[in-house]
This record gives sequence, C-alpha cells and structure tokens, in this order.
Amino acid sequence: MQRRDFLLGLAAFIALLPSKVLAALWNKAAFESVLLNDASRHLDINAEIPSADIQIIAPDRAENGAIVQVEVKSNIVNTEAIAIFVEKNPTPLIANFMFSNGAEPYVVTRIKMAETSDIKIVVKVGGRYFTNAKNVVVLENGCG
Amino acid sequence: MDNMKMRAQLKGDFVEVKVLMSHPMETGRRKDDFDRLVPAHFVQLLTATLNGKAVLEAQWGTGVSKNPYLTFRLKGAKVGDIVAVTWYDNHGATATQDIAVTSA
Repeated sequence: MQRRDFLLGLAAFIALLPSKVLAALWNKAAFESVLLNDASRHLDINAEIPSADIQIIAPDRAENGAIVQVEVKSNIVNTEAIAIFVEKNPTPLIANFMFSNGAEPYVVTRIKMAETSDIKIVVKVGGRYFTNAKNVVVLENGCG
Repeated sequence: MDNMKMRAQLKGDFVEVKVLMSHPMETGRRKDDFDRLVPAHFVQLLTATLNGKAVLEAQWGTGVSKNPYLTFRLKGAKVGDIVAVTWYDNHGATATQDIAVTSA
C-alpha cells in the first residue's frame, strides 16, 4: 500500500469514528420506543419508587406544545441521572441527563408535547429509581 | 449552526450555566409545504465539562424543542473556571463552545 493511500484511509477512518462512537453511546432502542414502558425498560429502569423529593416545575396549561419549559430538581442524595418522559408523545423518552463531578441534579429545558399528558421524571440513585410526575394541559399540539 | 449562546454565573455556592443552541430539532414526522416528510435532524448527545473534566452528559430524542435551551448547575466551580459545551447531532454535525465563569 502506498503511504499516501494509507494516510487517506486513516483520515477517512478517523472522520467516520465520531458517528460510530456516538451510535454506540446513544440509547437508540429507548429513544425510539413508542411506549413509555418499553422506553423505561431499555434504560434498565425497574421498581420505580414514587418520591416527592423530585421537584417538577412546569406550566399547568401550555398554550403551545412545541415549547414547554420544564425545570427538574432532585433532592435525593447521590442522584446520578434524571430522565424526562412525556407519556403521550409519539416517542415518550425526551432526554436523559447524567451528572458527575459536582454537577447538581438540576436541569431546565424546553420540550415538545403532542397532547395533554403527564411529564414523568425518573431519577437514578445507585441501582434504584425514583419517580414523580406533573400533568400539563396542552392547548395546541407541538409535535409536527 | 455555530451560534451557541452561553452564560456561566456564580450564584452563591453554585455556578449556573445557561445554554441556547441553534438547531432545527426535526422529529422526522413533520411534513413540508409539499406534503413530504422532513427527515429527522436532531441533537442526540450533549456533553459539558468544567476545566476539561466531564460534569454533564445528556442524551436527547426528538422531543427536545427547536433551538434547545438548557440550564444546569455546578458545585465547586469558581470565577474564571472554563465551562465547555459540545453537541452532536444525528447527521454527524457537532458544535462546541466555552465560556469563563463570571460573578453574578
């Protein structure tokens, strides 16, 4: 093999690398699940314990389902991850946030809601899962 | 798509980081004016670091709103520390930006 061909091949391989690494990291099965239970199962969520120590701030009524701001704070010690689900969305898993090195278990983000539904939060603490939910009435669908 | 807006402010015992990204976040279910499906195009992974050390990893689906907004908080960070955020989308595009922590 010519040195140049080898280098071109190597460059191509490196160019391809990030998407492959990403595909391995991103939980495709969970994000493409159309049922909330399937999405939870693909995240290895088991035996959810209801907890009022998970604070969810979201509007009671959303005029526009395309942008619903949600704030989530976990007061449970050693929270590792916060997953956000919208039960009645075409794909219920919205996001999964994993915290480390001093990041607080706190996020504010904006999500799409297809229709009136619960926003369900699942918090991971060690091998245990805690949950809470907040209902949001959606006046105009946001999942074009 | 490189106009990520960021702010990192010290607020008492934590630093609050706010990020506004520019991204279409297409679900793959929307139809255009000619009734053709617009292909899915969305951020799948977002990572944040504090002085190069990983603090947050977020995996996203298509349910995050267009032009994603995110706030997160870091304990133990101080003025002058560098917070960097990088996203990767399903088309292989990526953007990264960093900012120094300021006092509120």
